[in-house]
Amino acid sequence: MLLSAVIFLPLLGAILIALARHILGESGLKWIALIVTLLTFVVSISLYTGFDASTHDMQFKEERPWIEGLGISYHLGIDGISLWLVLLTTFMTPICVLAAWNSIEKGASGFMISLLMLETAMLGVFCALDLFLFFVFWEAMLIPMYLLIGIWGGHRRIYATIKFVLYTMAGSALMLVGILYLYFQNDNSFNLMTLYGRTLSHQNLLFMAFFIAFAIKVPLFPFHTWLPDAHVEAPTVGSVILAGVLLKMGTYGIVRFCMPLFPEGVAAYTPLIVTLSVIGIIYGALVAMVQPDLKKLVAYSSVSHLGFVVLGLFALNQQGVQGGILQMINHGLSTGGLFLLVGMIYERRHTRMIADFGGLSKQMPIFAVFFMIVTLSSIGLPGLNGFVGEFMILLGGFMSDSFSKVYTIIATTGVILAAVYMLWMFQRVMFGKLDNPKNQALNDLSPREIAVLVPIVIFIVWIGVYPKPFLSRMEQSVSQVLQQSKPTATVKADTPTLALDITTKEAKKIDE
Amino acid sequence: MSKDLITILLIAPLIGFLINGLFGKWLKNISGGIASLAVLISFIISAFFVFPAVRGGDALKETLYEWIPIESFAIGFHVDALTTVMLLVITGVGFLIHIYSIGYMNHDPGRTRYFAYLNLFVFAMLILVLANNYLMMFIGWEGVGLCSYLLIGFWFERKSATDAGKKAFIVNRIGDFGFLLGMFTLFAAFGTLNFDTLFGRAESNTYEQVFGASTLIVATLLLFVGAVGKSAQIPLYVWLPDAMEGPTPVSALIHAATMVTAGVYMVARSSILFNLAHTGVVVAWVGVLTALFAATMALAANDIKRVLAYSTVSQLGYMFVGVGVGAYTSGIFHLMTHAFFKGLMFLTAGSVMHAMSDELDMRKMGGLRSKLPITYWTFLIGALAIAGFPFLSGFWSKDEILHNAWDSGYQVIFGIGLLTAFLTAFYMFRLIFVVFHGESRVDSEVESHLHESPPVMWIPLVLLAIPSLIIGVIVGWGGEHSAIHNFLGSVFTHHGESHHSNPIPFMIISSIVGIAGILVAWLIYRSKTPLSEPISPVHKLLANKYYIDEIYNAVFVQPIRGISYYLFWKIMDIGIIDGLVNLTAFVLRGIGGLIRRMQTGVVQAYVVSMVIGIIIFLGYYLFIR
Repeated sequence: MLLSAVIFLPLLGAILIALARHILGESGLKWIALIVTLLTFVVSISLYTGFDASTHDMQFKEERPWIEGLGISYHLGIDGISLWLVLLTTFMTPICVLAAWNSIEKGASGFMISLLMLETAMLGVFCALDLFLFFVFWEAMLIPMYLLIGIWGGHRRIYATIKFVLYTMAGSALMLVGILYLYFQNDNSFNLMTLYGRTLSHQNLLFMAFFIAFAIKVPLFPFHTWLPDAHVEAPTVGSVILAGVLLKMGTYGIVRFCMPLFPEGVAAYTPLIVTLSVIGIIYGALVAMVQPDLKKLVAYSSVSHLGFVVLGLFALNQQGVQGGILQMINHGLSTGGLFLLVGMIYERRHTRMIADFGGLSKQMPIFAVFFMIVTLSSIGLPGLNGFVGEFMILLGGFMSDSFSKVYTIIATTGVILAAVYMLWMFQRVMFGKLDNPKNQALNDLSPREIAVLVPIVIFIVWIGVYPKPFLSRMEQSVSQVLQQSKPTATVKADTPTLALDITTKEAKKIDE
Repeated sequence: MSKDLITILLIAPLIGFLINGLFGKWLKNISGGIASLAVLISFIISAFFVFPAVRGGDALKETLYEWIPIESFAIGFHVDALTTVMLLVITGVGFLIHIYSIGYMNHDPGRTRYFAYLNLFVFAMLILVLANNYLMMFIGWEGVGLCSYLLIGFWFERKSATDAGKKAFIVNRIGDFGFLLGMFTLFAAFGTLNFDTLFGRAESNTYEQVFGASTLIVATLLLFVGAVGKSAQIPLYVWLPDAMEGPTPVSALIHAATMVTAGVYMVARSSILFNLAHTGVVVAWVGVLTALFAATMALAANDIKRVLAYSTVSQLGYMFVGVGVGAYTSGIFHLMTHAFFKGLMFLTAGSVMHAMSDELDMRKMGGLRSKLPITYWTFLIGALAIAGFPFLSGFWSKDEILHNAWDSGYQVIFGIGLLTAFLTAFYMFRLIFVVFHGESRVDSEVESHLHESPPVMWIPLVLLAIPSLIIGVIVGWGGEHSAIHNFLGSVFTHHGESHHSNPIPFMIISSIVGIAGILVAWLIYRSKTPLSEPISPVHKLLANKYYIDEIYNAVFVQPIRGISYYLFWKIMDIGIIDGLVNLTAFVLRGIGGLIRRMQTGVVQAYVVSMVIGIIIFLGYYLFIR
């Protein structure tokens, strides 16, 4: 019941707000939203404490029939991969509520209801083990997101929303066809667990049907052009959720569906996908570098960062996949944090143009510290979270049997470019003379804003200094996915990995 | 017990950083004291590690905790004689510079931030040298880079300062790109990044040949790319001269004594790999060419700190010659003496700036000897030491490097090194004569404020001048039987570092070259000022630093920016990809519009189309299939 509780607590909160919005004032609604999301987070912590890291099996499982005639069941469960995305979601949402405290001028109740419904849908996506249920949550996610951008967004919000929805729907349509085809191959059942281990037919086609849907969400080059528009037009919280959690739907889907279900598709398309991710890494970074708009810069940096994640996943080894999953969390923290920070100065100055700023460090020293830490996390500075993920991804890529080292070498230049665009941006916003009179009147962060940022910074440092608790819980699940994603016929492909395992074990012995 | 000692040694500056970083607002006046105390604690503990008994034999190896479990990457320590030398330099010179900073930064409103960064730097540097594996070394490696970035851009309202900080970080990142790939190669080959295990496997030749027979060559050269970035060698030296934008004590600590020597340390730490791969020759050549190249730029510089910066680049080149020709001990020896005399010279330069209201242009100085006697004498000691004046510290270490280069068969490198030694003596004494001798060219306004620095600043100068004078004799006397060789011998036993030829002729040659440089400088600059220097094309080329910055800008920076903006963003992203997306939407809308017309609402039309459809289907099944 724990998972259901985590998933539907926010929905209950949304209903509560809807019912009580005339009775309670605006601030009462906000408090309800905050308390409910915090409660959800607290409940979700017991998923962490109760998690058994020694198995790859799905845990906290719930299964009861839903529409029996069609083989649809209400089937939930998490493993070492989804655990982190669930926690990331429950962690980010209360932060979003708090961040939106003063910034929503009209219809705060509607905003909070959308946000809470979105949380339920996102959590549902990460926990669903039934394809139909997954698809329901997947599509349900669109509606509140559509509202968040379409109602509380910027000037070109309608264009951005329609673009976002159409892009996603195009992918979803393909995935729906794929899901239906899987249904027939799975003895008329949508149960994901029975699908694992079946040797499916037409894997390449199915792989693509799912992969395109996910690639759009990631977004993988060249499906990324909805992202900058959506980010720029979305309200701060929309951007945070979008970058922090929604993009991970794509990479999560790849790990959960594409890799373990369609090993033949993985083998066939890895060269293409890895090429696209490497292009995304470099291209995203270079385009980010020349953006005059802070939000667009961060949006394009996401394209680059998510390219790293996909590269890691398709390295198809422990280092790469673990790094990729860890980097999903890292990106959620650092890019979510960046959007929060950008939102904070946007609320004060109502501009996102880099050129409008300069010298803010002098006026806003506390802001400067947070901004610096999050920027460095995004750059991948060792000691902070971003480095651990990037290092493992690149190491995995370098050691991978599935693609040439050249890809990883090119991808590694992304490390240089990240420093270029982030530090240049930071310099133009924070350093220099404080010569714009509008900037001279800026207030430093309020206690509420500090409270929004501190939890993020704590995790940024924690994962950087001591990533073991995070990595050790995903190890079993990752090795399960890796096993499933290897084409069954090829025993040969296993040998080098085995040899490597032996050397690492030896290494461990010697190190001890 | 030793594990606890190292932990305290490492953590003390971190605690200093946290105290000043979090509560600095209330500690403005004692922030310098807190920071200095933190480093003093580290220094005292470091001193214990001089005794092998404390290390428990050759090296102390401790694992603190597991970092990335799958590959058993851990945070752990490796303290041997080499580490100890580094620890002493970092915390010893570091402590003096902290003390000096209390005086130097006395009036700066941001001094708690300054001391927080300085402590953070020491912490990162300690991680770098204490690490027992490459990955942890890399954590410290980038950590010091961050502090360097923050401290160069400390006065963040100055654009030149933040530009310089950014440049330092990015250029270092280019080096780190190599370091990262080097680590990947090593890991792919050896399955570990732990020094002991890795070097053991390298020696017993039990590793996977990732790049065939050249695996080690590739790995060491990639590592060396990292060293080239951090230690400012050709072609990545460009960040160091600009780094002088930072407060002068920072230049002394980070950009002379410690951080920039990390590359030398890394090569020395990897000596086994470099020996097996025979890539030392590349290291030595890059080093000697950098040494010469930087020295020539120092000839025409008029900014007192820039002269010192080029000189640092040049001396780092010597260190790479040392470690490149296999004379690791000599390279580290020079690293140590250089930390003293170059740290000293930067601090004296700071003392001059302090007296001259931050003036850096030596054409506006002159005759400062009488006004700033302590500064003058301590600077002179530093300059004599770097010039290789007999029996001062730099003489011993530089001579050893050149001697080893000759003995290892690198006669050309020896020759270039000797020429550089001459140039070094020359430009250093050019600086001395122009700044401290002759007639005063100081503005009368500034002249009225001229004053010697307070004791909190000049005592560190004296304390650095003493080792600059005598450390060479103490630890370098006796060639391969000297104290430093005995001490470091256990670390670098794996190669034949032996002096075949008689060292005396080499000592005499170095002495003559050094003194000659001083004499020539005296002949030219005892009366003349740099103002009257002829503007020859060569001089112009040197004064403009060979236009390297401009070339890099034109070849790399501008094209990449232009391509990104126009080709990638405007044409590719907005034009092509988004164009296709919008075109799809447009076409679909058009088709939708057409289909909409078919929904006429006239029932008869629907019936007709239905009938036609049925006929087609039936026809297909009955006749065609």
